Amino acid sequence: MTMTTPLTPVLTAHWDEPDSYTLDGYQRHGGYTSLSQAFALGPGPVIDLIKESGLRGRGGAGFPTGMKWSFVPQGDGKPHYLVVNGDESEPGACKDIPLMLANPHALIEGMIIASFAIRANHAFVYIRGEVPHVIRRMRAAVKQAHDAGYLGRDILGSGFDLDIVVTCGAGAYICGEETALLSSLEGFRGHPRLKPPFPAVAGLYSCPTVVNNVETISSVPYIVRNGASWYNFFGTVKSPGIKLFAVSGHVNNPGIFEAPLGITMRELLDYAGGIRDGHELKFWLPGGSSVPVLTPEHLDVPMTYEDMVAAGTMLGTATAMVFDETVSVVRAIAGWLAFYKHESCGKCTPCREGTWWMHQLAQDFVAGKATEEDLTKLEDICSNILGRSFCALGDAAATPYPGALKYFRGEFEQGTHTPAAGLFDEQASIVFEEVRAK
Amino acid sequence: MSDPSAAPVTEVVATVTGTIDDVTVTVPKGTLIIRAAERIGIDIPRFCDHPLLDPVAACRMCLVDIEGMPKPQPSCAVPLGDGMEVRTGQTSAVADKAQQGVMEFLLINHPLDCPICDKGGECPLQNQEMSNGRGESRYSGAKRTFAKPISVSEQILLDRERCISCTRCVRFADEIAGDPLIDLKERGAEQQIAIGDQPFDSYFSGNTIQICPVGALTSADYRFRARPFDLVSVPTVCEHCAAGCAMRTDVRRERVQRRLAGDDALVNEEWNCDKGRFAFKYLDSRRICVPLIRENGEFREASWPEAIEFAAEGLAPVRGRVAVVPGGRLTREDAYAYAKFARISLATDDIDFRTRPASSEEADFLAARVAGTGLGVTYADLDAAPIVLLVGLEPEDESPILFLRLRQAVRRHGTRVAAVAPWATPGLLKTSATLLPTVPGAEAGVLDALATGGPDLDDAATTISAALREPGAVVLVGERLATSKGGWSAAHALAEQTGARLAWVPRRAGERGALDAGALRGLLPGGASLTDPVAAQAVAEVWGVSRGQIPARTGRTLSEAVAAALSGESQAPMAAVVGGMDVDDLASPAAFRGFLRQARFVVSLETRHSAVTAEADVVLPVAVDTERSGSYVNWEGRVRHFPKASRQEYSLTDGQVLGLISEKLGSPIGNGDPASLAAELESIPGVTAGRPAPSPVAPDPDPAAPAQGQAVLSTWRELLDEGSMQQEAHFLAGTRRQSVARMSAATAAGIGAVSGGEVEVSTDRGEVALPLVLTEMPDGVVWIPANSVGSEVYRELGTVEGRLVRIAAGGPR
Repeated sequence: MTMTTPLTPVLTAHWDEPDSYTLDGYQRHGGYTSLSQAFALGPGPVIDLIKESGLRGRGGAGFPTGMKWSFVPQGDGKPHYLVVNGDESEPGACKDIPLMLANPHALIEGMIIASFAIRANHAFVYIRGEVPHVIRRMRAAVKQAHDAGYLGRDILGSGFDLDIVVTCGAGAYICGEETALLSSLEGFRGHPRLKPPFPAVAGLYSCPTVVNNVETISSVPYIVRNGASWYNFFGTVKSPGIKLFAVSGHVNNPGIFEAPLGITMRELLDYAGGIRDGHELKFWLPGGSSVPVLTPEHLDVPMTYEDMVAAGTMLGTATAMVFDETVSVVRAIAGWLAFYKHESCGKCTPCREGTWWMHQLAQDFVAGKATEEDLTKLEDICSNILGRSFCALGDAAATPYPGALKYFRGEFEQGTHTPAAGLFDEQASIVFEEVRAK
Repeated sequence: MSDPSAAPVTEVVATVTGTIDDVTVTVPKGTLIIRAAERIGIDIPRFCDHPLLDPVAACRMCLVDIEGMPKPQPSCAVPLGDGMEVRTGQTSAVADKAQQGVMEFLLINHPLDCPICDKGGECPLQNQEMSNGRGESRYSGAKRTFAKPISVSEQILLDRERCISCTRCVRFADEIAGDPLIDLKERGAEQQIAIGDQPFDSYFSGNTIQICPVGALTSADYRFRARPFDLVSVPTVCEHCAAGCAMRTDVRRERVQRRLAGDDALVNEEWNCDKGRFAFKYLDSRRICVPLIRENGEFREASWPEAIEFAAEGLAPVRGRVAVVPGGRLTREDAYAYAKFARISLATDDIDFRTRPASSEEADFLAARVAGTGLGVTYADLDAAPIVLLVGLEPEDESPILFLRLRQAVRRHGTRVAAVAPWATPGLLKTSATLLPTVPGAEAGVLDALATGGPDLDDAATTISAALREPGAVVLVGERLATSKGGWSAAHALAEQTGARLAWVPRRAGERGALDAGALRGLLPGGASLTDPVAAQAVAEVWGVSRGQIPARTGRTLSEAVAAALSGESQAPMAAVVGGMDVDDLASPAAFRGFLRQARFVVSLETRHSAVTAEADVVLPVAVDTERSGSYVNWEGRVRHFPKASRQEYSLTDGQVLGLISEKLGSPIGNGDPASLAAELESIPGVTAGRPAPSPVAPDPDPAAPAQGQAVLSTWRELLDEGSMQQEAHFLAGTRRQSVARMSAATAAGIGAVSGGEVEVSTDRGEVALPLVLTEMPDGVVWIPANSVGSEVYRELGTVEGRLVRIAAGGPR
């Protein structure tokens, strides 16, 4: 054990209590006390406070939250909206769903403060449709908060009104993209929209809108309660604060670990009980399938936005996937490409057609039927998608292969003559006994 | 009425200056890079971009490299900025690779069926693959396939595997037509264009075929008919309505294969309606090709010289007692030939181009306010208007491009539309119009109230009344106001009192030109009154006749002439020269038939057999629209010249035929050639002095209130109906609206009719029975289409809008 960075449970502090998701459970630990503080400060100072805390968007892009809020024009006479993105659909990402399940009131309290700050009287939580239990829990929590007077008219005598609507998507990855989410929320096809205008100017129903991730908004009450300097004491200068890190895959104790930004993957692996017994780390991804792969040599790179970029990848959602030596990189990449092909919304040419094509080539590599030429062709196709597609989905689809090629070229070359099944035993990668038995 | 020089001074617009491929360009701020490039002749490939649609930046074909930006940007969605340095594929390797990459992607799932694709040869995908593609594909996998084709409507077929998801069609239907009946479904490469529960039956659906950059949307009618490179394309003008759309007529072996919308930014932009696009089969079908002379009650074919001689001999004895009925479908030139032929060859002023319900009041106001006034209210004026008030006019049915332009004015320029009409039609809803619910016949009262203003008006009317007093306000009057007594007088008074500009929007393409050409009783070519001695002298000089050879007394309108003849009035017409018309278009078809039957001599200038030729003594076949040149004058007063589309030489125009007869009559009007007629007409001095407004006609003081089982009839022609120029356009007919009767819930309850059940509308003449659609409208009014399947009002009921009809609940349908 070489743990040096201690965990800092805040959002996750009471997940082990049986009633952590209830109003009582939340209030027992100071829940909803930040509201009066925020109301006393006023909207502008709340935005300043969040700016000062250095909180960055936890949905993957890491955009400074306070700055995003400040883009909403004031006194424009239009309704403003807060939309919380709970569409968590990234392969490997699993933090917002548990967070809403175990601590929904933190999100609601954060939404009240954020809505107050941007002067919105309507807020939405958009949750992927595949998790009805989470949607039910979120709706129950909203009702509890409403009954307790934290939502509705004149909240706590502040004169501030807020209604929260919990709504669900129908299972499209694209609807995690903020403008596609807004289209979907409006009842239209989930296609991304042109930016500009940005949502802060013309978002939901063409009105100023802030779209934030679940984790981002859930962090807000704790920042208001404890102060900006408490929050930015953690982490690094460019990546301040505390973050949920998820570790999944071939580790002994997969889970969510709340820690300051800057913790290393080596430390997180230790918290996760190390690589499963008898195996060794082959490659890992710091934040979902949409970031380039890393190898054991990167285990000591601090998990911050800036250090991950320097290492040639991205922090993303900080939901790491860990793979041991039983895994075929070629097969893993092909799996992700199948996902992107399935999830491409179809709006723009590079993503729609490119994912279709990449998937076919990737299948050839898996089957050992690819050609030498396909190695560079696939790379070139990626270069014709990356930065050419309408939204980040295309970029995400074009990311896995070039990253993997950098470190595992040999495996792809093998894909020109040997099927992945002949090189890696798929059964050996399976963690759960009952699945392996089949 | 209007002075073009009074147009507002062009605003000084802010500009930006940047470079594209090192060429400096200055454009108004906000101009998209792709538009700026067009200005300096730099071609950027594109598919989803369309200058009249909102940008979506979906196809990514137009990516360009902008200095300082990390990745290529879609030039169709990024405005040129000051100092911006843009490089297209021609000077930037990055942009070139991006464009080639996108083209390669587009083609991986696109079938290589160009040799059998309608679009092959005029296909933006094909063309831009040549200019910006990589020549050879690196794709060796399986292409996506779909069952093909599927119908999105009766007249539009969709080959989904050809579609590149540019969504031009979807955006057109939504943004321009306001009929969002097609959209994308599925996602990724399986994404496809689809319809929902109802077919894509938009009046404007054909435009999607034209703007489809691949061969995905095709015309059921044109499919596999021709190759673009075998067609001769002629720029023409649409003959179907008075909107004046520029068109392109594609002809092969002198037969029209298809028609497309032409580009005219001032008029139809790049759109037209489906009637203009698809209703052309009548041109080539069931034509009368040789002159016919009636002998012993039967027609026999005759040579042209014999038929002309025969016509002249028949007309000569009845000079001065001939009714001249040019019809509303002539070119301005041919209408002028009728005007001149009537006055000097037949010595009569009994001429009226209005072969439809019409009134003397309308004739007087048209003569005083519209004839010869040149360009008045324009389409562009609609954009600038604070309000456009529609009276007796349903633009989507009666002037579809006016509807499209109004919709754009509303959407993009904030123009408000208000309508004096009985119910909120789809067209009014799509223009967000304010309805002033009005019982047909009561228009004058509503207009008077708007003119007066005052506390009696409700909120909506007060707002409209005030807006009409703002500069640029427009009142558009349709042909149906003629059936509402006092309507024109009130519209005139409203314009006078509010300062709003008034324009007349006739339905037929030839009416405004016929008015300007003097094909109306009491009216000289150029717009002056027949009784104006100075003007008459000037016209006589141009015609080379003495003043005395032009009738001095105002003649009869068509209905007056018919009535006079039937009642045996002395000096009543006893013969007729009739141009292209449909007897069933008249308010009283039976009366006109009776007149023809009793007339001593009837000359019919026609293209097909009709109720007129059935009574004619001589039938002289004339040129259809594609076989003549000339001009239409659209409702704006804009002269729309067009050449012959077909090179057929043997057909004669109305003017040429009248020229030949006039020669035989000994009072020649010239050779009737369109060019010389135009030159002569334009040499007639226009109206100089202000013309006094006619004395106002009072509305019926006590309009008949409907008794139990009665209602006031409201009716107009739907765009797609049983019109004779739509005959044989079978695919088009498949997109017509269903014929229904409309009345309010209270009116329906009064006769025990239920929604969806049958309603019988009848007069002493006959009845029509249609399913009922309950509609919010004034009680005691029933609306039925005027000339649709199962609802031919004039022929079956023999009545017009504003009259009482009987209503009754019919049996279950």
